[in-house]
Amino acid sequence: MEEITRALVDLLGPGAVITDPVRLRTYECDGLTHHRATPGVVVLPESAEQVAAVVRLCVAAGVPYVARGSGTGLSGGALPRTDGVLIVTARMRRILEIDIANRRAVVEPGVINLDVTRAVRSEGYYFAPDPSSQQICSVGGNVAENSGGAHCLKYGFTAHHVLACEVVTPDGEIVTLTDGPGYDLLGAFVGAEGTLGITTKITVRLTRVPETVQTLLAAFESIEAGGVAVSAIIGAGVVPAAIEMMDALSIEAAEDAVACGYPPGAGAVLIVELDGPAAEVEHQFAEVERLCRDAGAFEIRIAADDAQRALIWKGRRSAFAAVGRISPAYLVQDGVIPRTALPEVLGRIDELSRQSGIKVANVFHAGDGNLHPLVLFDDAEPGAAERAEEVSGKILDLCIEHGGSITGEHGVGVDKSRYMPRMFTDIDLDTMQMVRCAFDPAGLCNPGKVFPTPRLCGEVPGVRKGVHPLVEQGKADLF
Amino acid sequence: MTAPEELPKLIDDCVHCGFCLPTCPTYVLWGEEMDSPRGRIHLMKQHAEGTPLTPSMAGHFDACLGCMACVTSCPSGVQYDRLIEVTRAQVEQEHPRTRGERAIRGMVFALFPYPRRLRALRGPLRAYRRSGLDRAVRRTGLLERISPSLAAMERLAPAPGRAPRLPERVAARGDRRATVGMLTGCVQREFFPGVNAATARVLALEGCDVVVPRHQGCCGALSLHSGRADEARAFARRTVEAFEGVDVIVVNAAGCGSAMKEYADLLSGDPAWAARAEALGARTRDLAEFLVELGPRAERHPVPATVAYHDACHLSHAQGVRAQPRALLAGIPGLTVREIADPEICCGSAGTYNLFQPEAAGELGDRKAENVRATGAELLVAANPGCSMQIAAALRRRGEEIAVAHTAELLDASLRGLGRAGVLTQ
Repeated sequence: MEEITRALVDLLGPGAVITDPVRLRTYECDGLTHHRATPGVVVLPESAEQVAAVVRLCVAAGVPYVARGSGTGLSGGALPRTDGVLIVTARMRRILEIDIANRRAVVEPGVINLDVTRAVRSEGYYFAPDPSSQQICSVGGNVAENSGGAHCLKYGFTAHHVLACEVVTPDGEIVTLTDGPGYDLLGAFVGAEGTLGITTKITVRLTRVPETVQTLLAAFESIEAGGVAVSAIIGAGVVPAAIEMMDALSIEAAEDAVACGYPPGAGAVLIVELDGPAAEVEHQFAEVERLCRDAGAFEIRIAADDAQRALIWKGRRSAFAAVGRISPAYLVQDGVIPRTALPEVLGRIDELSRQSGIKVANVFHAGDGNLHPLVLFDDAEPGAAERAEEVSGKILDLCIEHGGSITGEHGVGVDKSRYMPRMFTDIDLDTMQMVRCAFDPAGLCNPGKVFPTPRLCGEVPGVRKGVHPLVEQGKADLF
Repeated sequence: MTAPEELPKLIDDCVHCGFCLPTCPTYVLWGEEMDSPRGRIHLMKQHAEGTPLTPSMAGHFDACLGCMACVTSCPSGVQYDRLIEVTRAQVEQEHPRTRGERAIRGMVFALFPYPRRLRALRGPLRAYRRSGLDRAVRRTGLLERISPSLAAMERLAPAPGRAPRLPERVAARGDRRATVGMLTGCVQREFFPGVNAATARVLALEGCDVVVPRHQGCCGALSLHSGRADEARAFARRTVEAFEGVDVIVVNAAGCGSAMKEYADLLSGDPAWAARAEALGARTRDLAEFLVELGPRAERHPVPATVAYHDACHLSHAQGVRAQPRALLAGIPGLTVREIADPEICCGSAGTYNLFQPEAAGELGDRKAENVRATGAELLVAANPGCSMQIAAALRRRGEEIAVAHTAELLDASLRGLGRAGVLTQ
């Protein structure tokens, strides 16, 4: 590391290179704290050219590198390499261009998600992807993880709001990927979890602020009743901007944390938000209210203004971190199931929880079946972490069993790579790795993420040797 | 005060979500993990687990402003205020300061908590400003070379006006609604005497008997927020004693009010004082908080002016007082109140921070000054003397002047019917 560190200091100056062991350790994990690795060296570049130069140094030295934005990821996607360089984009945070007429903005990767919205709100626009961490997560991180959020049911994921990315490729070249004709390389890049290169400039789509927003909070005695309401709303052809559900345990945590004042005694609360033209919203809102009551809602609160809406959302948005108040440690799970399987899967999770004695709090984007079970445990208790991990894994099995997925929006990262073979065959995984090798033949760009066993590209770190097994078998050609 | 043994438990409350990062002034400036609350807690954890306190660690703790914006933004309820307090005390014990640092610290802590010593400075400071010597000194850059801290002190110091002494008792106008004690503070009393006079008048006009104990001294805030726990405790005991006769203690300086509300924690290990300290903390109110609780009675006259209201960190983050000052200002006819962008970010004053970390404080001051300027307001309203000095100095650096006033002064102008002239000609 010494040699490359010297070169990095020459390149970026001492103020942008961190080598002090005590300081390096503060970068040992992102938002997922049970995977830790102290980076070999941390750099804080301020331009695409600097990022490209750092990557070229890494490639020349055969040193792996990992990009990191605000460090809020929940799958360990930005977990550093002890033998590598951590490229932090936190100082690349300029909003370069706002083009309201064409509804687009160009931002650097370290720009905070919510800051894009703040910059264009007065013009009547916003940046639609809204992960719960939007106040701090970076747009570059959103691109890497293809982040969603509460409103992706209606508005889609980050991929639907990115028009172009300037990318430093794993060769250290600066290229621009667009959604123009030809292969959808932008589509491949967004959501690749930082394995295909590092984005240095992002052109995002700006969305018009809807004419009206209506939000209600409905309290039910049970999760099942809430689930019935969700199915009824979607079944009626309403596409809400968001439908979120929280169970009793997560309500308790949120209440403790931010005093959101949800109806006492609720077994579940449902937050339903509709937006769009006033006439349409009013009509559908009345219907949603009726459907909630039919499903057994014992209290319905309608936000009269933005302040009340913010209070309703406050509980939901703070839920993950708030669980820290009721449990010494927890795992945030992220899985997807068909909406129709909701009651059954929740019942099975409850069963798992009772059998194992490990509490599970449930928060989820109910509209698109994206579950976020929070598996609570006490890390001071011997074996508790392992049992929690087991319960967490079994929840993913339940998702796969019901035709769902092991991740909805947090990504695979390092945390879920081992579950990939449960969802995909070896051939599927090998094919995906072919794509990766096409971008990163040396296997130095965020290695060890997404795939369980990097069996191709000559392992990591190091330059690829030999023929790809799929090529050898005549199943694929490498161009 | 929180014992060091309690640190691991407090540290464990942090789930590393990062929600504190965007409201941390030093993270906003430098974008480095170890200069964010999450990173500093990580450093505290390393230290608690046995890593010796390295100079780099101490540097990151020193760089924390103690603005407590992270406490407001933390969804997990991490008590960073207690964490940093204990950590600062550890730094003072374990980290050897350079001779230069020791000299500056020694001077600051021998001067600011002592109103009499500050008073002795008023005359020479006035003469220095009047003679124009200040501009000459700044041109030479001499102070900057000797010590950036000294230079910061010189830049920030106001030109003190006359300081009428408050009588020990100011009688309520009309029917008496309450009897309140008033803390006069150190910097507030000597450099902003008009604020204390306005505070006493407003309280009296609202029907309060105001008691101003002669034997009060520094509340200990400056020492408490700098890791000088023993010194802070001595000041706290004296303050507790001075105010034991009154039902409510009204404080018009945010840093002081915040420290006094924490007396229970500060003196919890002292059986002779714990209960008395707790009782005093529970009776302490910020002026705006108290006036809103009391409810308006005196007639408000128009003050046709456009003002920007600045949230002092020790008022908004440490005491949660945000709505009350705004409500008071909204009650003044003719007054237009503008909000300052990024209100949660500290102006860089932060007690002694602008003296010990002049560079970072200067950058934060510039950011705040820009946001204040963008409001187009003609008057800056803040409830902490440090903030007013810091922001006014930052604007002066840009060649701009803005009138500053305390919430109390605006209310005073309104209650006495002084109009614009009451606040804009000071």
